[in-house]
Amino acid sequence: MRNTRATQLLTELSREGRYNPLLPDCDVPQPPLEELLPREAIAAELLPLPEVAEPDLVRHYTNLSTLNMSVDTHFYPLGSCTMKYNPKRNERLAGLDGFAAVHPYQPEETIQGLLELLYELQEMLAEISGLHAVSLQPAAGAQGELTALLVAAAYFQERGEHRTKVLAPDSAHGTNPASAHMAGFRTVTVKSTPEGLVDRDDLRRHLDDEAAVFMVTNPNTLGLFETEIREIAEEVHGTGGLIYLDGANMNAILGISRPGDFGADMMHFNPHKTFSGPHGGGGPGAGPIAVTRDLAPFLPTPVVAREGDVFRLDEDRPRSIGRVRGFFGNVGVLVRAYCYIRTHGPEGLREVSENAVLNANYLLHRLKEFLPVPQGDCCMHEFVATAKDCKAERGITAMDIAKRLLDYGFHAPTVYFPPIVREAIMVEPTETESRETLDAFAEAIGKIVQEDPELLHAAPHSTPVTRPDDVRAARQPVMRAVAAGENGHEG
Amino acid sequence: MSYVLNTAQDRQEMLQILGLDSIDELFAMIPADVRLGRPLDLPPALGELELTAHLSSLAGKNDSAASKVCFLGGGSYDHFIPAVVDHVASRSEFYTSYTPYQAEVSQGNLQAIFEYQTLITQLTGMEVSNASMYDGASAAAEAVMMALAVSPERRRVVTASSVHPEYREVIETYLAHQEVELVTIPTPDGIASPEDVAAMVDQNTACVLVQQPNFFGCLEEVRRWADIAHDHGSLFVTAVDPISLGLLPRPSTYGADIVVAEGQSLGNPLAYGGPYLGILACREAFMRRLPGRLAGQTVDQRNQRCWTLTLQTREQHIRREKATSNICTNQGLLALRASVCLAALGPRGMRQAAELSVRKASYARDKLAGNSRFTRLFDAPTFKEFVIRDTSGQVDELLAHGLECGYLAGVPLGKWYPDFADCLLVAVTEKRTRAEIDGLVDCFVNSEQRTEVVHA
Repeated sequence: MRNTRATQLLTELSREGRYNPLLPDCDVPQPPLEELLPREAIAAELLPLPEVAEPDLVRHYTNLSTLNMSVDTHFYPLGSCTMKYNPKRNERLAGLDGFAAVHPYQPEETIQGLLELLYELQEMLAEISGLHAVSLQPAAGAQGELTALLVAAAYFQERGEHRTKVLAPDSAHGTNPASAHMAGFRTVTVKSTPEGLVDRDDLRRHLDDEAAVFMVTNPNTLGLFETEIREIAEEVHGTGGLIYLDGANMNAILGISRPGDFGADMMHFNPHKTFSGPHGGGGPGAGPIAVTRDLAPFLPTPVVAREGDVFRLDEDRPRSIGRVRGFFGNVGVLVRAYCYIRTHGPEGLREVSENAVLNANYLLHRLKEFLPVPQGDCCMHEFVATAKDCKAERGITAMDIAKRLLDYGFHAPTVYFPPIVREAIMVEPTETESRETLDAFAEAIGKIVQEDPELLHAAPHSTPVTRPDDVRAARQPVMRAVAAGENGHEG
Repeated sequence: MSYVLNTAQDRQEMLQILGLDSIDELFAMIPADVRLGRPLDLPPALGELELTAHLSSLAGKNDSAASKVCFLGGGSYDHFIPAVVDHVASRSEFYTSYTPYQAEVSQGNLQAIFEYQTLITQLTGMEVSNASMYDGASAAAEAVMMALAVSPERRRVVTASSVHPEYREVIETYLAHQEVELVTIPTPDGIASPEDVAAMVDQNTACVLVQQPNFFGCLEEVRRWADIAHDHGSLFVTAVDPISLGLLPRPSTYGADIVVAEGQSLGNPLAYGGPYLGILACREAFMRRLPGRLAGQTVDQRNQRCWTLTLQTREQHIRREKATSNICTNQGLLALRASVCLAALGPRGMRQAAELSVRKASYARDKLAGNSRFTRLFDAPTFKEFVIRDTSGQVDELLAHGLECGYLAGVPLGKWYPDFADCLLVAVTEKRTRAEIDGLVDCFVNSEQRTEVVHA
């Protein structure tokens, strides 16, 4: 039933003369364009865009959409990504004209409802984080990291301290060291213990008056809570450094433990993970950050302030690091996060984390019948299994298992991350999956590890394409459609 | 509990299988002294009906481009969004999917990104586009970082005060710890004079950044800029308005090396400034310096044409601190919307949108400037935006009166340009009708006489 023409490109569907009448005739006087613009500012030719009629356009993209797995169609146990259900009410409400059709330079008195929402969201995120002040500006988690590190740099600069190092565990997300580099720091990697926690001896070796920030993910990327986080924070603070919490894994601890209470000075949220914003095929996200009282003056400009019943943008922030993006922030994503938090309330948020952790532990329990989980018998919201024994004994890799799962109708878990676990398979089920789904997933893995290795090496078998040649893609890069006939193979 | 599937019985049975008595035991690894011993201090839960009423009430307190006639611009514009854009983006196979790391179950997204890259190269004339950045401002900052990485020995960046002030602020933030000199050429006449540009660009200049049309809506002498940049071996970076490219020459024709743009105009809602779409395209020579994701064409094991994320050794998840940028997400859904919008408009629709915008803006500009109270601030040719000076110096009152008449009338410039505190930036897109423009002018020129809004 699959439409085999789905993978034609727009350039191939294009026919000269096809046109969608979308815009009206001109209703103002029409002098020759040359009277309005200099000759050299008028392009002689039309843009070389495809000419596609609306029916073809709709069929094209609708068919393309069917080639994707998505949260609405499949279980998506992608570790570190929190692929939970995206509530439909949030989509509808974020689309209200009073939010979606607001121009970023409207006067404050015309957007009091929106500013009220954003102010409340700042307050709610401060409460959830246990920190003092919030900036909603960063556009994504990685930009939140960068913003917070720039805040830290400004803080140390003002104190006259020359701190050049950012420390991050070897299990950290790649964005941590990349953000540190962009903020002008050099990064130092801190080892993990065999149990998967921060190696405090190694951390101590790097703590000195050049260490600015220790970036920690807690629960960490192995799905473990850093049991000595309080002591770690005390040691970092003792040498004058700051703790940054990568909030990617907040889904495990909502209402249970607050970063500010375990010693974090700064953190980012991923509303598109924790607070159910849809991932959109890779964005948009948002990356609001929360910081302590001492760091608040350095937050980006503007923040939303309240004076009595009036909400306004506070732009008079002389110690601010400035802006990290244009306009206010990813408001559409933030409205969805607000809806999510208001839907749950305090008890509901706690239940989200309780069920996320319950589902992860249940799935861990079921999966360890088939694959070892090196870092123990219990976890927070996710866990990391390994295929290293499968590989040693039968030549089955983590990638083989991931690809074969696609044939069973499951999205693959994250594989080969974190880098400290060999043949890593990182599973995060989230709270929005049923026990039946978790059972079915575990049983699929149980079957797969018994299958013929050759079958697995060639998997997936039921998907529209199988194992694209990544080497060719990188060595002979084709990044855009070229004229017909030069495009190589036809599917 | 809205979206949790486990029933009380499920939870009981699952705990039993785990050998636990209570949910609390699941959290045993969290030390007691860092547990929150109380409920979060948040408002109580709302059902869907109550939430809808609450959000509707908050939304109802806001004016918007749907309730007022919008003449606001400054990098975010009220252009027409074809229905087909909303339709495609509402396919949940697109909007509830993740980054296409698993190519076999993401061909829809991968091909959509590849088509976006293709459309952006067609739009700009550049040879390569990435899969998108956060927004126009951060794309501009990333382009500057790219240029600095191309020539690491060069430590100067030259731009002009006619570039969007927020873009310049973001660039400043990104450069805060990079030991780079950012030179901003003053533009009292609305555009930078090529002589001033030439005086500032030297052998130490990594790149020269111009906006076309610039923040004031004026057209810069981009060909002169390009020559000056290239004469000194510097890269020429342009920030453009995608809609303007329906009519203005593509940046490739005047020597751009890197092109950035705010892609909001292409089918994305105003949304109080985000999420938006950062367009970033360049010449092939700099392909491996591009930040962010790239989709590439290849073949699969059955020799079928297909797409995959490629050149990932540039990216943070592989290269960590040596990555070209820390960016992880792109703006997939907004890039999809931009693609559908570009394809729906096509070459003729883009020309029409650009031409209607320029004609209507020119009509509005001349009509306002025809009144003794207002003067056109700059002589340079303008595209869909222009700056008008209120000679009576009462911009705030004027805007308040405009609002009463039903207009979001313009962006006051005083916040960024104290010299232009008596000026307004007015944007006119293809959506504005002659009646709306005439209504605005009537409202402005006769501040005593209240006029009725004409919604055409």
